[in-house]
This record gives sequence, structure tokens and C-alpha cells, in this order.
Amino acid sequence: MLKKTFEGSISYMQILDENGNVDENLFPKDLDNNTIIKMYTYMNFARALDAKALSLQRQGRLATYAPLVGEEATQIGSALALSSKDFFVPNFRQHGVFLVRGIPLDKFFVFWKGYEDGSDIFKELNSLAVAVPVSTQMPHSVGLAFAQKYLNTGASVVSYIGDGGTSEGDFYESINFAGVFKVPLVAIIENNQWAISVPRGKQSAAQTLAQKAIAAGIEGLQVDGNDVFAVYKATKDALSKVQTSGPVLIECITYRMSMHTTSDDPTKYRSEDEVNLWKAKDPIARLRAYMLKKNIWSDSKDLDMKNEQAALIDEAVKKAEEFKPNPDDMFKTVYSFMPDVLQEEYDNAVAAGFWLNNSGKN
Amino acid sequence: MTNMVGAINNALDLILEENDKAIILGEDVGKDGGVFRATDGLFAKYGEKRVIDTPLAESAIIGSSIGMSLGGLFPIPEIQFAGFMLLSFSQIVNHVARYRTRTRSSMPLPMIIRTPVSGGVGALEHHSDNPEAFYSHIGGLIVLEPSNPYDAKGLLIKASHMKDPIVFLEPTKLYRLFKQEIPDERYEVPISKANIVKEGDKLTIVTYGTMVEIVKNAVEARNVDAEIIDLRTINPIDENTIISSVKKTGRAMVVHEASLSFGVGAEIAARIAEKAIFDLDAPVLRVASPSLPYPFPGYEKYYIPNENKVGEAIDKILSF
Repeated sequence: MLKKTFEGSISYMQILDENGNVDENLFPKDLDNNTIIKMYTYMNFARALDAKALSLQRQGRLATYAPLVGEEATQIGSALALSSKDFFVPNFRQHGVFLVRGIPLDKFFVFWKGYEDGSDIFKELNSLAVAVPVSTQMPHSVGLAFAQKYLNTGASVVSYIGDGGTSEGDFYESINFAGVFKVPLVAIIENNQWAISVPRGKQSAAQTLAQKAIAAGIEGLQVDGNDVFAVYKATKDALSKVQTSGPVLIECITYRMSMHTTSDDPTKYRSEDEVNLWKAKDPIARLRAYMLKKNIWSDSKDLDMKNEQAALIDEAVKKAEEFKPNPDDMFKTVYSFMPDVLQEEYDNAVAAGFWLNNSGKN
Repeated sequence: MTNMVGAINNALDLILEENDKAIILGEDVGKDGGVFRATDGLFAKYGEKRVIDTPLAESAIIGSSIGMSLGGLFPIPEIQFAGFMLLSFSQIVNHVARYRTRTRSSMPLPMIIRTPVSGGVGALEHHSDNPEAFYSHIGGLIVLEPSNPYDAKGLLIKASHMKDPIVFLEPTKLYRLFKQEIPDERYEVPISKANIVKEGDKLTIVTYGTMVEIVKNAVEARNVDAEIIDLRTINPIDENTIISSVKKTGRAMVVHEASLSFGVGAEIAARIAEKAIFDLDAPVLRVASPSLPYPFPGYEKYYIPNENKVGEAIDKILSF
């Protein structure tokens, strides 16, 4: 006997095309002009913040930084779909999500200057800590969603991972766990086509990354990740059902317009032509075209917005540069108590001024 | 009278009873009660919501425990064998150990990771590892390893009242080796505090886990006036108890089942060298398994330190 035991498919959603035209049938009904303006403002803000961070890093005023330019629609669209009680679990590129969740910008800069002190804000933002080891944040999001279900908070969790991250074991283990425990999790794949120098095609033979959901027994879909309306709708729809029907995996197709991090030179491995192809799909330009057609935006508003955002960023940079590191906290924040053996190491370090001043004796 | 696995089972029961946010998760911990029966009866008592059988995925067991802890629960993941725990090593090193400090205390990570360790029971070789040194080396983890039922229960209950991530190592061989009279109610054994098992003036022997019984027997057989210190907490180590004893006895040796090189013995010998070298009448000795990967069960008896090996070292250190 031979019979078909499973059938599955993945659909792709686009609402706002590259020329700023929308598919009226799919256009989210709850999306009013104010929210659209908010989307546009945040996307611009994220890009401006990104440019500033990049420039500061190049001046040696920030440590390594991972730019988000090109991925604004995926981040802002999904973040705006969250309710205030929902949680999010970032990787290391979700600056746009943090912006929407109201991160104090000076904390953002302190963090990327290389100080843990910038991360004492995550809890207040209903975020977990920025995770650099790719995909390791995924099981955290499952456990966090499990806790929401256990405690009946009604909150859901949105997690973020890149295309490369979906090749990791932690990703597969996590969506499998999420399916088994039916937790309220929306897992977003920010597929920006490149994992440092390795293209999407070399990560997996799977035609889509969304179809990995099928193996975990959960819902999966693809959206145009440069279309803020589609990302917003997909996330919102998913959030409306994860509480009852379990996790959803959303693959957002976008593009990393810049380098992986400031330690990377993408000209070594990808062509200018490819980058130009994606420039034409820019998420901000298409939203702007739509807003101009709808007469809800103008050039002068652009100018005001940019000035206002630049001022906020500059003020935050100034505040962050006044930040004074406190090496005591390296010792004092590890355990809930100070172990005797660590106290001794700490006392020695403090007595010697952490050996930073050359006494002149050799 | 209770054996160690019974004491652990009792402690877990009391923890779940006391804290309704406490949950147990792992492979076969539910109806089966765990492969060593450490969670026996808890599924029936607390239900599948709190005693959770997971898919076979150690990294996700620890990783999701992190999220549970940050979400306000108190997860007690069981990893079936220490060798399998290495599949979650990334989660433990990259996240469990450092979440608190990298969020500057704003996001502490209370949890207890339990796993059986050590050999001597004829199990397959990946079931018999002694991983205490590498979990202690990271910093940020409290590493406990009891040697008897009383300490196992008291340490586990103490761990459940802490706001820190705990790695709780349970020597398989001791699960059913002997019984002790222990209190029925909750009690705590302090962490970072070694236990002086036997006082003595001529020699300090620092040990823990499976080797405590071996050392006791070797000392008794020789009728040596040795002070035996059971660490109980590997990290953060109780240096004071060790140094005070060595200053009194002038001789020190460390006995552990884990392999010799780069182990806990090296750490203790170094601390003695730093703090008490001029009090020593003999070099510090280490008795441990050879610096080899853990062997198949047929070779265990050639590998694990026994009373003869400990006894020979005692003779050697006393003859200086």
C-alpha cells in the first residue's frame, strides 16, 4: 500500500508593492493614517539611528555594530503589531524593534559602546537580552512564551532570528518545542539573504525557510519583508491566534543593504548589481510613495521629522558619552551574593585601581 | 532511612509543594519518574503541567528553562546524563552563567539544572562523566555535588531558595549506595561551605562526591589522624575551610574521581600554594582518575581511584 500521509504549502504575502500601490483586499482594516505615519517615522528613525551608529563606530566611539539598513519594514512592522504586554526576543540587529518599544537612546549607545550597563533596560521593555550567539535566543523565547501560558498572563512572545540562524540546531529544537507545548510564540525570520558572506541559497536546500514550520507541525508563511503593511498584518494576525492555536513562523524576505557588522566588508563576496536590485525594493521609499499618493505626507514634513530625530539622536549620543563605567559591577552582578573568593579578587583589583595606572616602578 | 535518590525525590517534592512556580522538565521525568526515579511520583502528584516530559533536545531543555526563569517560573530541568548535558553547553556557558551580569543584575536567572554524574556503576561511558571543573571554570554558576542523602536534600532546598543558576551534580553511584536518617521537613545545607567529615591533625584530605566514601574507608583502614573535607560546593569554593585545615595539619591532598589534569585538584593545590605554602611539610598530592577520556565500563576499575590508590598517597604524603 502506498498513500499520501501529508500535504503542505507555504504562501507569500505582499500588500504594498515597490511602486507604492496596495492590494486593497489584503490591506489591514485596523491600519489608520496615524499608524501609517508612525510606521514611516519609526522606519526613518531606525535608519537615522543606524547611520549615526555606523559613523560613531568608524570614529572609534562605538564597538562593533550590526547595521539594520534595508530591514526597517520587517522590524517596525512587526514591532508595531505587539501590544504593550507582549514580549520580544531579539538577536543583535533588532534596533528598530527596540526603538518602537521605547528604548532610551542613550542606553542603546552605551550598550553598543561595549558596556553591559546599556542592558539593564531590557526588562522594562519586555525584551530579553540582546543575544549574539546566533539562534541561541530561540529556546529562550519558547520558555518565555511557556511562562506566559503557565501564568495565564495573556501576553505573547515575538522572537527574531536571521536566515543563517535557521540552520542552527537551536532553531529546529525551538520550533519543535514550541509546537509540542503549543506556546503563544510568533517566530520571525528576518531573512536578509546573507549570513555574513554566506548567501541564503547555501544555508538550506529548502525552497523557503517558512516551510521549516511544517516539520515542526506549526503554521508557517512568507511575507515581503520590505512591505511594512504585510509584515504588520502577518504579525498581527499571528498574534491574534497564537494564544489559542499555538506558534506561527513568519519568514520576512528582506535584504541586508549594508555590512553584517562593522567588521565586515561585503564587497568581497557580493555584487553591486545585486545590491542595486534590492535598492529598488527599498521599504521606506515605497511607503513614502504610497503616503504621497494618499496625501498624508509631504517634503516639508520629511524635513521636520529628520531634524527632530537628528536632535534626539545627538542628545542621546552626548548623554552616552558622559557615561562612566563602573568596574565594581563586573564583580557585584554575577551572583546574588558575594562569594568570599571573589571578594578577595575584587578587593585586590580595587586596591590596585584595576592596574590601570602605571606606578612607574618596573 | 533514606538513600540519596530518595532524599532528592523528597526535596523536589517539597520544592514543588512550597513554590507553585517551580516546574520540573526533562526527558522521561513524567510518568516514568526519570531513569533513576529521582522524580518518581511527582507527575502523579503535581500533574503534567508541572512535571513535564520534553522532546529529546537538551539545548532546548536548558534554553527554554532560561526563558521560563526570565518569565517568572522556577525551572528545575533534569538532564538525563552528564554526557548529554554537553548538547546544552552553549546555553549554559553563553547564557545561564552570564545572564545576570550582562543585564547588570536586572534579570537574574534562578534555576536548578540537575544531572547524574560520575561512574562506578558499569554504565556506558557517556553516562559517567565528571564535569564539575568546566562548569566551575566559567564563573556565574553555583556548582554543587553532594556525597550523601542529608546534604543532597539540604543543598537542593537551599538552591531552590536562591536567585542564582545552580548546577546540581548527583553521583549516580551514591543514589542507592547507602541510607541515612534525615529529617522529613525542609532544611538547608549552606552553599559555599565545605563539610569537615572527620577532624584530624596530621593530614588534610579535600574531596567530594563519590570519593568521600573511598577516602573515609582508606583513612579508617590506616587509622590515620586525617582531616577529611567534603567540599559539597565546588564553585564558589570554600577556600577558608581548606586553608585553615592545611595550616593546622601541614599536609594536603585532594582526591577526586574526575581526571587529574586541569581539574578541581589543580585549583585547590594552587590555592594552598598561594596561601599556605610555608605551612606545608610535604608537597600537595592529587589523587584522581588518569588524564584520559572516560573509558567503557569494562575498564572502569582500572580508571577510577580506589582505596588502594588513596591509601598509597596517604602513605607517601605522611612519609615526607
